Amino acid sequence: MDKRYGYEALLARKNEIMKNAMRMDYSIYETGKISFDYEKMMNETGYSLEEIRAIQSQSSVGNTPLIELTNLTRLARKLSAPGYGARIFIKDEATNPSGSFKARRAAVSVYHAKRLGYKGVIAATSGNYGAAIASQAAMKGLNCIIVQEVYDSKGAGQPEIIEKGRKCEAYGAEVVQLTVGPELFYVFLRLLEETGYFNCSLYTPFAIAGIETLGAEIVQQVKQKEGKPPTAIVVTHAGGGNLTGTARGVLKAGYPNIAIIGASVNLEGLHMASDHDFNRKSFTTGHTGFGVPFATWPDRTDVPRNAARPLRYMDRYVTVTQGDVFFMTEALAQLEGIERGPAGNTSLAAAFAIAQELKKEEIIVVQETEYTGAGKHPTAQLTFARQQGVEVRTGNPSDDKPGERIIIPEQPNMITVKDLDLNKIRTSYLRNSTKNYKPCQLEQVDLKFLAQDTKTSIDFVKTVLGVE
Amino acid sequence: MVRKGQWVEIHRIMLQPPERACQVPKDTKQVPLEMFIKGFLLHDAEIGDIVNIETLTGRRVSGELVRENPGYRHDFGQPITELLEIGPKLRLLLKEGESCG
Repeated sequence: MDKRYGYEALLARKNEIMKNAMRMDYSIYETGKISFDYEKMMNETGYSLEEIRAIQSQSSVGNTPLIELTNLTRLARKLSAPGYGARIFIKDEATNPSGSFKARRAAVSVYHAKRLGYKGVIAATSGNYGAAIASQAAMKGLNCIIVQEVYDSKGAGQPEIIEKGRKCEAYGAEVVQLTVGPELFYVFLRLLEETGYFNCSLYTPFAIAGIETLGAEIVQQVKQKEGKPPTAIVVTHAGGGNLTGTARGVLKAGYPNIAIIGASVNLEGLHMASDHDFNRKSFTTGHTGFGVPFATWPDRTDVPRNAARPLRYMDRYVTVTQGDVFFMTEALAQLEGIERGPAGNTSLAAAFAIAQELKKEEIIVVQETEYTGAGKHPTAQLTFARQQGVEVRTGNPSDDKPGERIIIPEQPNMITVKDLDLNKIRTSYLRNSTKNYKPCQLEQVDLKFLAQDTKTSIDFVKTVLGVE
Repeated sequence: MVRKGQWVEIHRIMLQPPERACQVPKDTKQVPLEMFIKGFLLHDAEIGDIVNIETLTGRRVSGELVRENPGYRHDFGQPITELLEIGPKLRLLLKEGESCG
């Protein structure tokens, strides 16, 4: 191999490649040793809510329907104590042009790339974001390359990801498919350097700003229909952008008291970069394998400063099982007549359980749906799971074991949420952020930033880090 | 023989096991990082040959020819009995305790 393209040699050029691929200077936002001015970064490099609405409306993105799930609400009430069982609404994001809320992020990213004069865009994603970028690039006449992690070393591919690759190709994108491993980033950097295309990272300020319209729309639609805001919004949480953008939109709409609840599928015990574990999961996004590491170390991404900072906004973080989500995907189709993809229904499974904790008069909103199709469907995913040696059976979800057993709940009252201890996650974030510093080296500006970044207080930060 | 202009898939090893990143788990470190790309074949060739293709974005890439006219083989899988039981069960639950008519 040409030495210039060796792994270490290429990664050494990372900063230069990224600068050319985004034309953004993150260094101007740095304020202390750890801290940076998040709001300044979002204000100066993002777009206002009105600008984003205009950009998205030009490409038919957003303004998706908000649907009341009357039968699922009735079912939840059958399982609740008298007077309990909040009304469940769902934001049908599958109706966006590429079939998911990711179109909102992509619309702004691709608009920005075109405005800066780039001839093409690249995104590293095995998720719906690839199709969203490909769809927006098609609309705006830009070239598009999507880099996906698809296969294990035996050549078996996740059906859900293969389908997403097909969808990208349907929009005219070039799809580069890789076997398991974090060195996807290496291939991604090589492509950015070779083509000079724009890096449509999921984590830039404009990609996050693109989701703010979703939060704002939810509040406005509920308000308009019901004359009051919802009590809680449940967001499927993986990389953190969905939760961050939605929460920021809710705040911009003027409702700081709506609870923002993150929900992930529990994949505890499976290693995301393991060749063996890769095909033993039935969810390729919306799971704890992304949700926890991205919350505890947001700056682990392909940009110097991640605009997705979920701990700033998260009021509660819950997990559900793979079987719970497959059950609810089936229930949504069978009781409401709405067939949607499983991963997006993670928040639906959580909302169904949480609705039972809330009073009848309250409203809980499931913040997204995603498209479904061959490969991206419970029957496809569970057939694949069985082929990989994973047991699938009906039973009690408490017997769930990621990678070994998927339990389809026998009864709907077995669907529960497990609360993760947010203070533990915050503590882990604080330790990760400060690992290269002694407590005495931290400045006041760092402590203030860490408190904001964890939605806690300076006292909490000081106690965790042992600062005098 | 695969003809020039045919839509094909090529394969390339991007990193050999010893070149893989240090943070990669043991099992992944034992295998190479592989890449698959589709495009139009730029010259006649046989499966297994090292060939050049032009991708949908116009890039020219070389690699081992592995598939001619690569199709999509993903589907909806088999019926899952455990899921089929859910609809009737839930409808019955909704009806319980509610008056007829």
